[in-house]
Amino acid sequence: MPETLPARVATPIPAPMRRHSRGLFAGRGGAWVIGLSVLVSLLSLLPIAFVLGVSWQTGWVRLVELVFRPRVGELLINTLLLVAITIPLCVALGVTLAWLTERSNLSGRRVWSLLAIAPLAVPAFVHSYAWVSLVPPIHGLFAGVLVSVIAYFPFLYLPVAATLRRLDPAIEDVAQSMGLKPWTVFFRVVVPQLRLAICGGSLLVGLHLLAEYGLYAMIRFDTFTTAIFDQFKSTFNGPAANMLAGVLALCCLAMLTVESAARGHARYARVGSGSAREQRLVRLKPGQTVMALTLWVLTCALTLGVPLVTLGKWLLAGGVQVWQMAELLPALQQTLLLGAAGAALTTLAAIPIAWLSIRSPGRLQRMLESCNYITSSLPGIVVALALVTVTVHFARPIYQTTLTVLLAYLLMFLPRALVSLRAGIAQAPIELENMARSLGRSPARALWLITLRLAAPGAAAGAALVFLAITNELTATLLLAPNGTRTLATGFWALTSEIDYAAAAPYALLMIVLSLPLTGLLYHQSKRTAGR
Amino acid sequence: MNCKVPSFLKKALLATALLGAGHVYAADADGIVVYNAQHESLTKAWIEGFTKETGIKVTVRNGDDTEMGNQIVQEGAASPADVFLTENSPAMVLVDNAGLFAPVAPATLEQVDAAYRPAHGKWVGIAARSTVFVYNPSKLTEADLPKSLMDLADPKWKGRWAASPAGADFQAIVAAVLELKGEAATLEWLKGMKANFTAYRGNSSVLKAVNAGQIDSGVIYHYYRFGDQAKTGENSKNTALHYFKHKDPGAFVSVSGGGVLASSQHKEQAQAFLKWVTGKDGQAILKTGNSYEYAVGKNAESNPKLVPLQQLDAPKVDASRLDSKNAVELMTQAGLL
Repeated sequence: MPETLPARVATPIPAPMRRHSRGLFAGRGGAWVIGLSVLVSLLSLLPIAFVLGVSWQTGWVRLVELVFRPRVGELLINTLLLVAITIPLCVALGVTLAWLTERSNLSGRRVWSLLAIAPLAVPAFVHSYAWVSLVPPIHGLFAGVLVSVIAYFPFLYLPVAATLRRLDPAIEDVAQSMGLKPWTVFFRVVVPQLRLAICGGSLLVGLHLLAEYGLYAMIRFDTFTTAIFDQFKSTFNGPAANMLAGVLALCCLAMLTVESAARGHARYARVGSGSAREQRLVRLKPGQTVMALTLWVLTCALTLGVPLVTLGKWLLAGGVQVWQMAELLPALQQTLLLGAAGAALTTLAAIPIAWLSIRSPGRLQRMLESCNYITSSLPGIVVALALVTVTVHFARPIYQTTLTVLLAYLLMFLPRALVSLRAGIAQAPIELENMARSLGRSPARALWLITLRLAAPGAAAGAALVFLAITNELTATLLLAPNGTRTLATGFWALTSEIDYAAAAPYALLMIVLSLPLTGLLYHQSKRTAGR
Repeated sequence: MNCKVPSFLKKALLATALLGAGHVYAADADGIVVYNAQHESLTKAWIEGFTKETGIKVTVRNGDDTEMGNQIVQEGAASPADVFLTENSPAMVLVDNAGLFAPVAPATLEQVDAAYRPAHGKWVGIAARSTVFVYNPSKLTEADLPKSLMDLADPKWKGRWAASPAGADFQAIVAAVLELKGEAATLEWLKGMKANFTAYRGNSSVLKAVNAGQIDSGVIYHYYRFGDQAKTGENSKNTALHYFKHKDPGAFVSVSGGGVLASSQHKEQAQAFLKWVTGKDGQAILKTGNSYEYAVGKNAESNPKLVPLQQLDAPKVDASRLDSKNAVELMTQAGLL
């Protein structure tokens, strides 16, 4: 495979791009960029290759024995029920709340929209911790759905709100002028236009449901991920763990396929010239206002009230004693270091692919990008199992080193860096880069001097997203961290495992404080998308 | 090549490399690496005492018994670990069967009661714990208590007891049942268990659930209740312990092990650590600290609050024969994992 990919580059490039591309591929710099992108993408195939490899190694008979057993059936039912119940609830809640903040005249809409994103600042397993300590008997599917909706509905709220904000009201006007009632207009005209946002958001929620470990472990709800972890704890990377990981990876791929089919091929761009008229806000009747406000207060009480109250309670109960600086400070330092190094490495690795996707889009680039996309949809536990197995057998020098952890972060979070970076590079005119090259700068130097400087804000936003994802990462860090490493997330996990909820509280608080900027950043980004 | 690598790229790569290298060498340069599956707080107390006395630095990697046992086996001759400490014997057997332990220094073996170490001296007991049946007296009277651990597979116990099957503790108990009753009876028992029991994650959670009346009873180790009583008792005040005794599999006493890896580059220091843990000071931490595990050193006393080891009437199980691999396999077959 590594030999065939670069060869592809030499084959004729589709006509529309040829003029554009010739200049790029002529220099050594171009080859360098392509080489790097291929390398990053090949690296990202590692987890898939691992799953296929161990399945092959396990052999058909043993594989059937390990995969087709009642326990796997149980887990499959649990996981499917979780996905099937949680996603529609998230969609309903996300769309309702988004409509209220974007299309109604409800007072305090700015504040509400900020509060709708705020639950993202609380790591999912901290939500779970809050619920378990508030209502100790809570467990099973009901608890799983409740906490998942609370932790993940903002993933739907965000894109739906952003789309609602920039819909052209003219289409709705037409529908109304044809005599449709407001509700019919909403379902026949508005909802179809939200299709992409709802599909994208649902996919994100679904992938989180499949990948999350801490949330479900704490409320005793068994999913594939928790079962893989249990097997790992008993057998390290035994065949049963690896086979479960294979099934889980298949579930993720199935979800990607369903989402891409559900997206459809409808046209979503508005027709006509000029800019869209400002949207008219729907005036709520007093009764509706009361209902809307009740929904908001209830949502905020469950999503923000519960974690903050429980955390406050534990912090008060623990007093000064729980602020064990000798342990907290190193954990904070390790978290920041891993986050910074991971963000830097991931952003660097995203540069070649992002640059290719803007300057030379084509089949190769799309293929490279989808490699990264698929891998990042795999749960951390699968990526970590793959890296543990591969490094312990074939890459011993980097086994149990920070480099391996960073590699896992790279594989898991690359698209976060990619999306922002691509937007940044798209805004840097190629003419400037060409001019720098005509003045004698090498391609890499021109890229650095001109394009990357102009793309810096995008790169920084991407890096920040990766950084914040790393600060809350639990599963891969638990499996891969070097000896003696303890991050805020793993420290929190060790303490809650011993039911020392008070001592865990400062870790949770620090993680929330570190994540707050994420909320601000996402809020800012969604506003900007809306203005486009 | 005329295209220069941009300087920020160099800086970032250098920083990453240094960070990575720093971590690699931090572990290798001096001191020993302990793969610890024991309770973190207990090992921390041991390490603090040992480092204070000897000045030898200790780096810990925390995990679970069989996870780390299997990890060491896979790492083989290049394992970064110098010392392996467990909560139960099966993981020690696993590493020993792979021939990865160096013999424990004779002086260390001599410190430990012969009942709590295998005769071949490849590893040594560092502490011990007893299986108990914890119950909520408002749900079960003394007359209801099971006579044997095996009774819990009986349909009349359906929905009435809890355990933590993913933990090494319970897996050691299963290994003991396997050793005492054989494979067929064990699988039968595990299937009954699957139908009857409720799974929790960790023995502390089992204790907490029994205390809260969420479930009538549970199978855990003794020290969870003693530890909680010594703190606030908030997770154990509504519970009582029942010891099976009569050489029942449920009276199994599990030996926590310690061993020095044959691949260790710091054998002298690693042996010194094991000697310290099994010696007077190390065992005294078991008596005075809040671990409430039994001491296994010769003439070492356990915490006076505990029921003495000699009164537990435990079944005779050769710790060096406990088979974790088969136990986990049977549990996987029964659908517990």
